[in-house]
Amino acid sequence: MPKSYTVQNTDLLDTQTLEVNFGPQHPSTHGVFRMFVELDGEVIVTLKPVMGYLHRNHEQIAENLTYLGIMPYTDRLDYFNAMTNNLGYAMAVEKLAGITVPERAQYIRVIVSEFTRLINHLSLVGFLLNDLGAFFTPILYAFREREKILDVFEEISGSRMMCNYLRFGGVKCDLSPAVLETMKKITRNFPKFLDEFEALLSKNEILCMRCQNVGVLPKELAVNSSITGPVLRASGINYDIRKVDRYSLYDRFRFRVPLGRKGDTYDRYYVRVLEMRESVKILEQALQDIPVGEILNPKTAPFAKAPRNFKPPVGEDYGRIESPKGELGYYVVSDGTPQPWRYHIRAPSFINLTILEDICLGHKVADAIIILGSLDIVLGEVDR
Amino acid sequence: MFFGLGVLRGLMVTLKNFVTSYFMPPDRGGLFTVEYPEKRLPVIERFRNFPFLVYDKDPENPRCVACEICANECPTKCIYIEKDTDPNKKPLRRPAIFDIDITVCMNCGICEEVCPFDSIYMDHPFEVASSDRLEKLLFHKNDLLKSNDYFHKIRPTHAAAIDARRRAVEEKKKSAAVKPSETGQPPKAQNGGKP
Amino acid sequence: MEILDSIFLNTKKIFLDLLGCWLPDWMILLVNIGIIIGVIAVLGPVIMMYLTLLERKIIGRMQNRIGPNRVGIFGILQPIADGIKMFTKEDIIPQNADKIVHFLAPVLMVIPALLAFAVLPFGRGMIPVNLNVGLLFFIAVSSTSTICVFMASWASRNKFSILGGMRSAAQMISYEIPMVLSVVPVILSAESLSTYAIVEAQARWSGLHWFVFTPWGLLAFIIFFLCGVAECNRSPFDLPEAESEIVAGFHTEYSGMKFALFYMAEYMNTFTVSALAATLFLGGWEGPVLPSWLWFFIKTHALIFVMFWFRGTLPRFRVDQLMGLAWKLFLPLTLINIFVAGGYHLISDRNFRVAGASAVLLVSFLLFTVFLNRKYMPEKRRYDLVD
Repeated sequence: MPKSYTVQNTDLLDTQTLEVNFGPQHPSTHGVFRMFVELDGEVIVTLKPVMGYLHRNHEQIAENLTYLGIMPYTDRLDYFNAMTNNLGYAMAVEKLAGITVPERAQYIRVIVSEFTRLINHLSLVGFLLNDLGAFFTPILYAFREREKILDVFEEISGSRMMCNYLRFGGVKCDLSPAVLETMKKITRNFPKFLDEFEALLSKNEILCMRCQNVGVLPKELAVNSSITGPVLRASGINYDIRKVDRYSLYDRFRFRVPLGRKGDTYDRYYVRVLEMRESVKILEQALQDIPVGEILNPKTAPFAKAPRNFKPPVGEDYGRIESPKGELGYYVVSDGTPQPWRYHIRAPSFINLTILEDICLGHKVADAIIILGSLDIVLGEVDR
Repeated sequence: MFFGLGVLRGLMVTLKNFVTSYFMPPDRGGLFTVEYPEKRLPVIERFRNFPFLVYDKDPENPRCVACEICANECPTKCIYIEKDTDPNKKPLRRPAIFDIDITVCMNCGICEEVCPFDSIYMDHPFEVASSDRLEKLLFHKNDLLKSNDYFHKIRPTHAAAIDARRRAVEEKKKSAAVKPSETGQPPKAQNGGKP
Repeated sequence: MEILDSIFLNTKKIFLDLLGCWLPDWMILLVNIGIIIGVIAVLGPVIMMYLTLLERKIIGRMQNRIGPNRVGIFGILQPIADGIKMFTKEDIIPQNADKIVHFLAPVLMVIPALLAFAVLPFGRGMIPVNLNVGLLFFIAVSSTSTICVFMASWASRNKFSILGGMRSAAQMISYEIPMVLSVVPVILSAESLSTYAIVEAQARWSGLHWFVFTPWGLLAFIIFFLCGVAECNRSPFDLPEAESEIVAGFHTEYSGMKFALFYMAEYMNTFTVSALAATLFLGGWEGPVLPSWLWFFIKTHALIFVMFWFRGTLPRFRVDQLMGLAWKLFLPLTLINIFVAGGYHLISDRNFRVAGASAVLLVSFLLFTVFLNRKYMPEKRRYDLVD
């Protein structure tokens, strides 16, 4: 991987570089993101990510809301993964206020966040293939499966994507046995779908040609730029917050963390496919032994009715989870009032995006697009 | 390793889906889409869209007492309430104006959760698109008021639970012969109202 | 069956005979040419219209969708609705564009696509012009579309367009060479450049003498077809208009009817390339029972289906891989194929020559993929699963 790329001029022809703006209106920048690219022919000489087109003042708005009022806003950060966003925030506040969560609620949280991981990785693979130029077929197969999971989310939380489902000390509503049965059915059928999906993609020569050895992210660079999530694990570093922090109930389930060896786009793609298979394992176990019981800590139940009475003690805390995109952290400072005094998000997409220039230099335009795709960004979370 | 076999395998997958789309059921490679305006998927009971106000018998006397809790707790502040007054300018326990700007509302359902009077609930109809965002997309009190029967129709289990709880509270009140000054207190609600 | 087979020819003959009662002979000749031109000029847009619908339907089904079905029954009026939309759209010309070239490019783009119809044998005796250099004419004419694509990209003054134009020029010139070379064995075997004569050379034994059933013919067919896909800028070789990378490539700055013209040229090219592949390797209009022109359309549409199938399945190549494929795999293979085809005709023992030719081609394919294109071979990956 070249750190920088110099234009090679021959003696015969005087060439110039071409400056192109990819975005903010571009079919595959995953939202309103701009790459300011200098091209030597098709090769990228410099690349500058320009962000902020989707900035909507999330943190400042949150500081003027009650703790519960922030919850629906977190849905809209990374709009593919509302449930994990909720979970990260709920965990931060629970740590701050010292709230415990009943066991059934913990199980439900694990189940929904693993389903979220399936959704996210499915749509990532689909969008990546769209960036590669496949005409919507993988994304539509992925969305076909995602639809089933979204239906479940709608059934339990009332909304398909903007779930607003978690509450401090539990979850909003209980899972009915029928929903559990649907979940089990989805989990059972999912590996079969993944096999078909992989038959379509994983061994496809064109995909291998396009993705292998493209956008290699070396271990040191990944660690130094605090990359997290599947992007980091594709580079071969064993760091999964589900294993490191063992938050919620993740130490109860048997699952393994897939690691890539090279850290190129193909590894980033395939690690996610393997992660989906591991998520299915977690889901199977969790759906098997979910206990009966409370879904909301009785101490915090009144606060769901009157959010203004919820005043965490003065202090600060940082709650983090392994969101499908990486380490999603919420930093909340309380001054004893119903509103947080400071509220900050460590958004994995944003931090994973910082290495874009380093791993794109010297590659072709087409590679930059798929590298961006494989980093898995959602602009709602990048710009906040 | 024969170059091109992976591509052929991929082609077989799409061909299989092409063929099965003609005669298989949706979950086994058949058509998964629904032709929306003609065919509709059943609306899930817990589905939430924009809020509405419940009245028991008379639209003039809704359950809402204009306490403005929902307006205060609404994260987007899309609810605007003004208390009704009697001819002597004495405030009454019902809203004169109850507006919800549904261009701002984000369907989070927090108003429904915080309401102590079981008055505001999330509605089902989602086809509210309009070209006139000032008039059509600002719901006034009359647009919002819907009967309890309607609530029972869209969410049978939730409404039944709410009604049962309300009845229990009423009976408790009657048997305890509460003082007139306490009638306005919110009924003690735990999570019994959850569907 | 003979009546059906020559129904179009006879209709035309009767019509001309009727006219012959009043008009002089030279006028009849002109009318005859006029009819042919008229038929092709109508056929082109009609083909484009139903191919767009067909593509959307087929890809929709591959993705478990229904595809367009709102306008008319099964959506058959969808192309007309699209046409109306295209006509009524604003025609935008960028401020700094070279206005004349910008206007000319889409118009000129359609002409080679239409000209290519002239040498297609649609059925027994149904060839618009039976040129003795028909194949050469087809290749020559279809390669001029490169110029139009480059005109469009240059005149638009858009950086994405320029990128698309450069890609297109490189791609089309590269793929021309293996495409022509893959046809050489066919010419060797048929001893003619006339498309009609090539079909007749495959006429014996009701189908089993098609060139695709020989080892060299199969390879040449695959290469010709893939190069043809690349020639008409279709997936997985659709780099000039790679949507996810360079927005729309050379037609980024086109709207309305001009855009529709590009679209039309693309679909007509799709048709002509498939038709030519069917003619050269699948025996053209040859076939039992059904009328000849029906056979021609069936074979052509089978190949068109394959093109749509590719589009529904495959991701796109990168520009250097695309070049590598043409220069390092297709070109050497076609060169070897010519020699194999020559040897095939020298050896008379049927089994021996089939086995020998297949073996040589298979070995050379493996050698070329392993040695020349090692860099593009998929790597075997291993993944650690840790606790």
